[in-house]
Parts: sequence; C-alpha cells; structure tokens
Amino acid sequence: MLQYIGRRVLLMIPALFGISLLSFGVIQLPPGDYLTSYVAELSAQGEDVSEAQLEQLRVQYGLGRPWYAQYFLWIKNILTKGDFGRSFTWNKPVNELIWDRLGFTMLITLLTVVFVWVVALLIGVYAATHQYSLGDYVVTFIGFIGLAVPNFLLALLMLYYALKWFGLSPAGLFSPEYQDAPWTWGKWVDFLSHLWIPIFILGTAGTAGSIRIMRANLLDELHKPYVITARAKGVSERLLTWRYPVRVALNPFISTVGWTLPELVSGSIIVSVVLNLPTTGPLLLQALLQQDMFLAGAFILLVSVLTVVGTLISDILLAWLDPRIRFT
Amino acid sequence: MTVQTTQPSTLPTPEAESEVRILVAGQWQLMWWRFRKHKVAMGATAVTLLIYLMAVFAEFLAPLPRDYYAADYTYAPPQRLYWFLTDDAGQRTFRPHVLGYDVEIEPVALKRVFTPNPEEVVRLGFFVEGVEYYKLLGLFETNRHFIGPVNPEEPFYLLGADRLGSDLLSRLIYGSRVSMTIGLVGVALSLILGILLGGISGYFGGVADNIIQRVIEFIRSIPSIPLWMGLTAALPDDWDALQRYFAITVILSVVGWTGLARVVRGRFLSLREEDFVMSAGLDGVSEMGIILRYMLPSFLSHIIASVTLSIPGMIIAETSLSFLGLGLRPPVVSWGVLLRETQNVRAIATAPWLLLAAVPVIVSVLALNYVGDGLRDAVDPYSR
Repeated sequence: MLQYIGRRVLLMIPALFGISLLSFGVIQLPPGDYLTSYVAELSAQGEDVSEAQLEQLRVQYGLGRPWYAQYFLWIKNILTKGDFGRSFTWNKPVNELIWDRLGFTMLITLLTVVFVWVVALLIGVYAATHQYSLGDYVVTFIGFIGLAVPNFLLALLMLYYALKWFGLSPAGLFSPEYQDAPWTWGKWVDFLSHLWIPIFILGTAGTAGSIRIMRANLLDELHKPYVITARAKGVSERLLTWRYPVRVALNPFISTVGWTLPELVSGSIIVSVVLNLPTTGPLLLQALLQQDMFLAGAFILLVSVLTVVGTLISDILLAWLDPRIRFT
Repeated sequence: MTVQTTQPSTLPTPEAESEVRILVAGQWQLMWWRFRKHKVAMGATAVTLLIYLMAVFAEFLAPLPRDYYAADYTYAPPQRLYWFLTDDAGQRTFRPHVLGYDVEIEPVALKRVFTPNPEEVVRLGFFVEGVEYYKLLGLFETNRHFIGPVNPEEPFYLLGADRLGSDLLSRLIYGSRVSMTIGLVGVALSLILGILLGGISGYFGGVADNIIQRVIEFIRSIPSIPLWMGLTAALPDDWDALQRYFAITVILSVVGWTGLARVVRGRFLSLREEDFVMSAGLDGVSEMGIILRYMLPSFLSHIIASVTLSIPGMIIAETSLSFLGLGLRPPVVSWGVLLRETQNVRAIATAPWLLLAAVPVIVSVLALNYVGDGLRDAVDPYSR
C-alpha cells in the first residue's frame, strides 16, 4: 500500500510541474508585461510612479529577463515565501485575495462530490433493482437532461424561477445582513440555506452520469450466481442487495471521481459567476478580463493543483478499498 | 438491396430472404439497419439535420436581417401568433397575424411597458418581402423571407426583442451558424491530433505510448474551464471575428483531442492482435498499407461515433466561454453571445424570454448525444 502511494505521489510531480508551466504561460501570454498594466492602472487613477519604485518592482519579479528566469523566480517565491505576486487591480498581494475564495471553492466542490455520491448511489440502486419500471425510465430521462443542460443554464433558470415565484435572488452565499457579520448561529443557518443551491446545480450533471454507471454496474452483478445462492438461502431482498452486489458495484463508481473532480471544478467556476458566489470563479473571470495576470495565474495554478491532489486522494482511497488496484 | 437467388423456381420465404440479406450485406449496410432500429436516434438525426439546414438557410428563415435593430422596441415581449382572424361579423378566416404593441413609459423606472393592442393587427404572410436584399446560398439575390409581416415596417417579435430591439428569433437562427459549426471545426482539429497521436500510441506502443498516455492523463486531470478561460483571455483584442473563431476552435481542441486519441489507441491495440492484420503483415504489406488499407476501415465507424459524441461538448464549451465574455464577441452572433445578455439578474427580470437562447443549445446537444449513442450501438453490428 505504501509502495502504491509512493509511486502515485512520484507520478504527480511531473503533473504539478506541467501545471505550473501552464499557469505561468497564461501569465505571460497577454502582450506587454505586468508593469505596463500596473503603470497604466496607476496613471489612470491619477497617481505617479517613481522610477525607483518601478525599478524595485522590476527586480522583484525579474521582468525584462528571459521567461525561464521569470518562471524560476515566480515559482521560487511561491514555494519559499508563499508569494504569488501582486494584483494590480486590487493593489494588494495576490495572497490576501485568494485563500478565502479557494476555501469556498473547495468546500462547495467537496460537498458536491458527497451529494453526487449519495444521490447517485440511492437512485442507481433503485433504478437497477426496479429495471424497466416507470421510476427507472423517469430517472434515465432526467439523467439525460442533466447531461445535456450545461450547469450555468440551470443556474440561470433557477435565478429566474426564484425571482418569479419567491421574489428573491438566490445569488451569493450569504444574505446581505450577514455578509460581513462574524460567524454566529444565525449566519450558519443563512449560509446553509444558500449553500444547497450551487451544490444542487453542480451536482446534476455529475449525478446523471454516476447514476448510469451505478445502474449498469449493479445490473451486471444482480444476475450473478452468488446473488441467486443468497436468495435461495432465504436472505431478505434488501440485505441481499446491499451486502454484496452494491459493494462490488461501488468500485468502478468511485474510480470515476478522477474525471468528475476536474469537471466539477470547471463547472463550479461558471456557476459561481452566474450566482455571484464568493469563490474563485467571479474573481478569476474579472482578473482575466482586466489582464490582472498574477492573480489569474495564481488561481489557475491553485485550482489545478487542488484538483490533481484531490484525484490523488481518491485514487489512494480506491486502492485502499480495492486490493486489485494496489497490486497491478 | 436486392438479392440474386440462383434458383428462381423456389422463391425464398421472407425470413430466409432476410437471412440471406444479412449474410451478404456489407459492414455499412449492417450498421445502417442497426441504426434504423434505434427510433430515438433516428428522430435525433432528423432534428440535427434540421438545425444544420436552418444554419444554411438562415437568411431565408429569419424574419429580419442579423444586425437589424429598432430602438422603439427595446425589450419588447414575445408576441402571440394567431392563425385565424375574427372580423366584425364574427366570421373566422385563416389569416395569420400577431398584435402590435401599445407602448407606455413607466414614469418611475423609465421603462417601456408593452401591452398587446387588439386593434393593431400585424398581418403575416409566407414568402414575404423583407427590409433588405441578401444572397441566398451566396447565389440568388432576393429579399423574400419564409415568414414575416406583410408590411416589413410593422413589428414582428415572435420570441421577443433584446436590449437593442433586435428580433431574438432571427438572431437565434443566425446564431446556429456559428454555434453548430464551431463544434464541427473544433472536432475536425481534435480528430487530426487524436488520430495522429492516438495512432502512434496504439500502433507502436512502448516509450511513445507511455509518454502520450501520460500527457493525456495530465491534460484530463486539470479542470478545462479555467485553462480555456486563461487561453481565450490572452487572445489579442484587435483580432477580427474570423481569427477569434479559429483561435477558439484551436483552444477547444487542446483538450478535445485527448478523448479521441484514447478511442483510436484502444482500437489499434485490439486490432493489432486480429488475424487479418497479422496475415496482411505476413503477406508483406507495408506498415502504412496495413494501417490505411486494413485497420482504418474497420475502426472508422467507431471514430465517427466518438466524433459525434464529442461535438456537444464543444458546443457547450463555446457557449460557456462566450457567455462569460471570453469567447466570441458581438457583432458575431452565437447562442453563447446571445445568452450573455442574461448574465445579470436584472436583465432576466426585465426580459425573461432572452433565456430562450438556451433552448437551441439544449435541443442540439441532446439530439447530437442521442445520434452519437445510436451510432455507438450501431457500429458493433454483431453485438447482442
């Protein structure tokens, strides 16, 4: 097991390196460097930058040197000092802007994974044990719709209906009165009453796919001789389903988290923009539109790294669950 | 397909005939028969073809030109279509029409409020003359439109109007051009990369296979939307619509090729072991010859199926990026660009009909998914 974990962690290193290169590439792509935008921004606000200040910033970020030197400096600052550079639109270190938002992104994504698993497991088992029943057809149809409707459209529709039927806007994670309030019981309740909306919206697409996988896996298992034997022994139908076939069917189901996680993170970014959630999405979009590249690069880097780490954790969990994976 | 029987005196029974037909039918014929049985996929194919036809004949089908706007009809709500007109004597006649608007300006919000005016009947006709001349298929100059008001000056907004007073229906029809083709172009690019790299990976194996597989795993492990957002945001602002269009297809294929490469590799791996490939090799056929003459035809169908299944993803990706303002931009009209109008709650509250731009996206994505599903089942004619 340790050997497997060690191998997987080693394999992750080139991936992390690739991600850092890609994120840095995004920072470098727009024409002009960071300082030109910074000076433009400051003079637009009517402020002057002294030559000495400029020179200091130039040295700090290694601007004007070849790209690999800049990359090295950038990654060194991140790894040794946790310094992601400066956001010129906010005129703050990137560091101060990102962590809250990444926290909310992670929270929403993790809860969505749990939501997808629980719902897909229950519905998938129902659909498989009641194959070709009305419920099965309804579930399959909803699943197809869930796959075809992009997340952000669903978010838009929910915005509209919330407005039309309840006259309220489900945007954000907090009601205005709790926005800057300290964490109290009331704020928690308010937070939870907002939180389910993005989770539900994000969960639909993933749930649709997972239900199909769960249903197919379980259908394969349900007709195997060991199930018939158990039934012949008089094991109750409920115990019979849950004790053996569901457990076997669960493995491929869990292994799909490797590809659902990147999708969920992707989806959460767009949905957050629509619902105006305090997660990475809106700030990343804004940073990209204003070419605030250190901020955008930091988000892309961290979101990708977290996704890869999340996939790693799920792989390790799967190996722990299923010995066949460890030994191949 | 007709079957030549050697003994005309003993006519085959229908069952026997169908068996003979199956035995002599070619691969593509079998697939077609199999596909035909999948009713939903057949229906979806028809829908997909209709959408593409709509894209081809956009000028003719859209009641108004693409960039036509009328400031008087900003956010005009959809009109109801009436087929019959009841005249004063109570006589109903077939006369398609819509009702014109009464416009009032709300004093507080300074918002135009439109109410249908039963007195003001806008007569509609088929093949009516529109406001501008256009070239149908780039060949025939005409100003006829499939449906429209008899008097082109009168308002006709079946799906409502947008912020500029443009007709949403016309713009949706024009939008199908960009939205439906961007998937095709993007998939074509992905396909080239996918066949090349997947082919190398599957046919030669070894180190090349290992590297390509790691690259694919890497690309698939990072979330695609932030990556796409970063790349599209970096496109120069002074690029024209066509350059942006192609840049976006390239960006979408950066991720898109991985799925197709996996399919191609998988087919190569399984075909490499087949007897007919081995005998071709023993016969002295060159490597390229084996690939092109023997392997390609037998996995072409699988590729077509996976290509169909990857178009919807591209359509959704373009829609999402344009919706965020990072993809295509006005004056280009795509479904994503149209949906961008609904980005804030206020716009949705004033003009909820703008959300209708989501309908063609959902319909085309569903249809293409069903077509792809049907194709995937059909390409294995011997299964089940």
